[in-house]
Amino acid sequence: MSDYILEMKEITKLYPGVKALDNVNLQVERGEIHALVGENGAGKSTLMNVLSGTIPYGEYTGSISYNGKECEFHNIHDSEEVGIVIIHQELALIPELTIAENMFLGNERANKFGKINWGETYVKASEQMQRVGLKESPAVLIKDIGTGKQQLVEIAKALSKDVKLLILDEPTSSLNEEDSKMLLDMLLGFKEEGLTSIIITHKLNEVSYCADRITVVRDGSTIETIDNPDHNIDEDRIIKGMVGRELTDRYPAREHNVSQEVVFEAKNWTVYHPVYTEKCMDKNVNFIVHKGEIVGFSGLQGAGRTELAMSLFGKSYGSNISGQEYIKGKEVKLKNEHDAIQHGLAYVTEDRKTNGLVLPDSIAKNTTMAKMEKVSKNGIIDFLKETRVAQEYVAAMKTKTPSVEQAVGNLSGGNQQKVLLSKWMFAEPDVLILDEPTRGIDVGAKYEIYSIMNQMVAEGKAVVMISSELPELLGMCDRIYVMNEGEIVGEFKAEEATQEKIMSAILSHTDKA
Amino acid sequence: MKVKAFIKKYTMVIALVVVFIFFTVLTDGKLILPQNMSNLLLQNAYVLVMACGMLLCILTGGNVDLSVGSTLCLSAALAAKMMDSGYAPIIAILVSMSVSIVIGIWQGWLVGYIHIPPFICTLAGMFLFRGLARVVLDSRTIAVMNPSFLNLFTSYIQIPGLDEKGNCKSAIIVGAVVAVALMIYTFISVAKKKKQGIKGNSAAAAIVKMAIIDVLIVVYAFKLSAYKGIPVMLIWILAVVLIFAFITSSTVFGRYFYAVGGNEKATKLSGIDPRKVYFWAYFLMSVLAGFSGLLVASRIGSVDGNMGNSYEMDAIASCFIGGASAYGGSGTVPGIMIGAILLGVINQGMSIYGLPDQWQYVVKGAVLLVAVVFDVVSNKKTGKS
Repeated sequence: MSDYILEMKEITKLYPGVKALDNVNLQVERGEIHALVGENGAGKSTLMNVLSGTIPYGEYTGSISYNGKECEFHNIHDSEEVGIVIIHQELALIPELTIAENMFLGNERANKFGKINWGETYVKASEQMQRVGLKESPAVLIKDIGTGKQQLVEIAKALSKDVKLLILDEPTSSLNEEDSKMLLDMLLGFKEEGLTSIIITHKLNEVSYCADRITVVRDGSTIETIDNPDHNIDEDRIIKGMVGRELTDRYPAREHNVSQEVVFEAKNWTVYHPVYTEKCMDKNVNFIVHKGEIVGFSGLQGAGRTELAMSLFGKSYGSNISGQEYIKGKEVKLKNEHDAIQHGLAYVTEDRKTNGLVLPDSIAKNTTMAKMEKVSKNGIIDFLKETRVAQEYVAAMKTKTPSVEQAVGNLSGGNQQKVLLSKWMFAEPDVLILDEPTRGIDVGAKYEIYSIMNQMVAEGKAVVMISSELPELLGMCDRIYVMNEGEIVGEFKAEEATQEKIMSAILSHTDKA
Repeated sequence: MKVKAFIKKYTMVIALVVVFIFFTVLTDGKLILPQNMSNLLLQNAYVLVMACGMLLCILTGGNVDLSVGSTLCLSAALAAKMMDSGYAPIIAILVSMSVSIVIGIWQGWLVGYIHIPPFICTLAGMFLFRGLARVVLDSRTIAVMNPSFLNLFTSYIQIPGLDEKGNCKSAIIVGAVVAVALMIYTFISVAKKKKQGIKGNSAAAAIVKMAIIDVLIVVYAFKLSAYKGIPVMLIWILAVVLIFAFITSSTVFGRYFYAVGGNEKATKLSGIDPRKVYFWAYFLMSVLAGFSGLLVASRIGSVDGNMGNSYEMDAIASCFIGGASAYGGSGTVPGIMIGAILLGVINQGMSIYGLPDQWQYVVKGAVLLVAVVFDVVSNKKTGKS
């Protein structure tokens, strides 16, 4: 009988319309490094949120047993109390505070009146920093050290909380090869001291390198747990588990009528980060889109796909943008989003709540927003026309709503996505860029959105689809570009693309970098 | 359920009716004397006018313009000083309005294009323009006596033969014409909607609503006729209010203010430049503040360095009491007019009743707080963030 530090049994978590986790079982042995792998949206992060109490007890079903005891975590504090610490991909550090202040944030070394004992703070901080190999002074501000070191501060912070089970969500996603290796070696070192870790990562070479056991999550379920005693498992073995899903008719059939006419082309497109202007987000990207074609962009999060799309859409992202973009063969210089819309581009954001919809406003207002001139005359809105247009789109999209006066904030995710699509279809683009168009919506709504995409290309428009779901890209696209770290690293025709090929295109490039 | 929805939608109207009845009883009916009814709007002219501009600022994201009281004072001071030095009223008005326009461009540019937080930018403006106004006045009080200037803002419409003091038939005639015109308009638009087959609020509700508004207009017209007739200032107020009601409700330009306040990022990605929207909000606000300066100068008859102190707060309070969201993105001109009138009724009622000044502040503060808490809590319940 193995000695399990953690056993999660039959965990099920429902979001409205979506089963994020479906009877998940996870067992972690004491003193091991356990890797959790799976595609984006497979449910890894949700599972860890359940474990850490971010999703509180009662909002999921199933049981968590930690050190042999049933646990009910109501918040992060509860789980940290028993020694479970999670480090998120997005680092939770405050840039304007020092390393030491960040390490003891919420856990300050203070007397009972709340006066902070700075001496003790710095001494304790230095002790933990030494353990993770940080040579900085604890009085240095977080914003003045690099991302790699910030990651180490997070780990030192976890150590200071007397961690027993450390969870790392994509710890190396923003680190280079050298820093990643150092971090993994450090985890292996902590393992010798008896620390148990769960590591979530896309980089399978890292999994192979450091994990003792690997659990594969797919579509909200745990598929299998693979032993990796010698730390040399074949990456293809893991990929098979990650993507080995049957493709049934989850995608509506379509006649592929791709014309030879190129409607959109980007040449040598290079984009830098808007704030950290020396950081290159997209490098010399070249791609073309034909009329009547659905072109997919595959890649991991942070591959530069959203940045590429937004920068092409009237420079709505980035700085120091260079390169040429051509619409219908003519070079265009798009100054802003309005320009882009006028030239027949549309960008449907991946984040409909933050960047896509005006939630308190009605469906009607959201639908017409990107092209008000179609429902107005001399700047005066024709309300009857606006209402009629909105009703037409609600009917065409099968949006479920009592009326077009309904605030979009009250709709479900799938229906919000349909309103967002309506808005951009109303703008009558020639090229529609869809960024993760089916994120967070259920299978039925996905199918309807795929149908709409098919209809658009049938009308002679072109669709660019950015997606992290490989099956979706394979099911929908005529051609797929694969991006990694801001560059295009592969291009496949639909008939020759497979999930394995795409994955290995990404991974081989990652390994090289 | 239906009653609940009705109460929620018309909370402030109901509150206004209740407060109105309360003060009418409390003051033994003095509140509804023709003179008081006429003054109710004239005394609050600056609130009604400036609330329109303030609404635009608030719509963009709960931002306010703190400088308007000072801008108002500067505009009034310039006009008074010019006329005192012998310039024609038209020149004085042009200069005042030009300066307001410059202030508007200045603040609109700072907020919109330089991204100075509105609170700080307009706080600075509040000191700046107050100071400049005092420089113009040389720390004196200047009387406003030019008769044609006063006539332009403070006279009453008197048609010889038709009107006499205490019985101005023109007011009743105008009131009746407006009431009938509104009713006809309502019928036409209801019919149009029906023809297009658009379902919406029931036709009966629209007609009943308009009928109530009509009755109020006619009653108010009688009150005006029983005093001195239609005040010219009322026409100025109505012009501003109607223009802004139209802009915010029916134009693309107006829609943008709501969009920016509702979700600035989404608005930008929809091809709308939020910088322009901010610019116009603060620009129009300053212009209205300058115009209010003329109204207040003519009504009070003199200008001093303290004129317009805390007027910005009255405009802000009216907006929030009238249902503008403290986070931006929602609020209507009719709503904030209700808010402004509610505040006006409370002010006037308390004054007539003789409540000490200090307690008037307490009451005003409480009303504002209750209104905003109500807004936040009720929005939370409906799931709007």
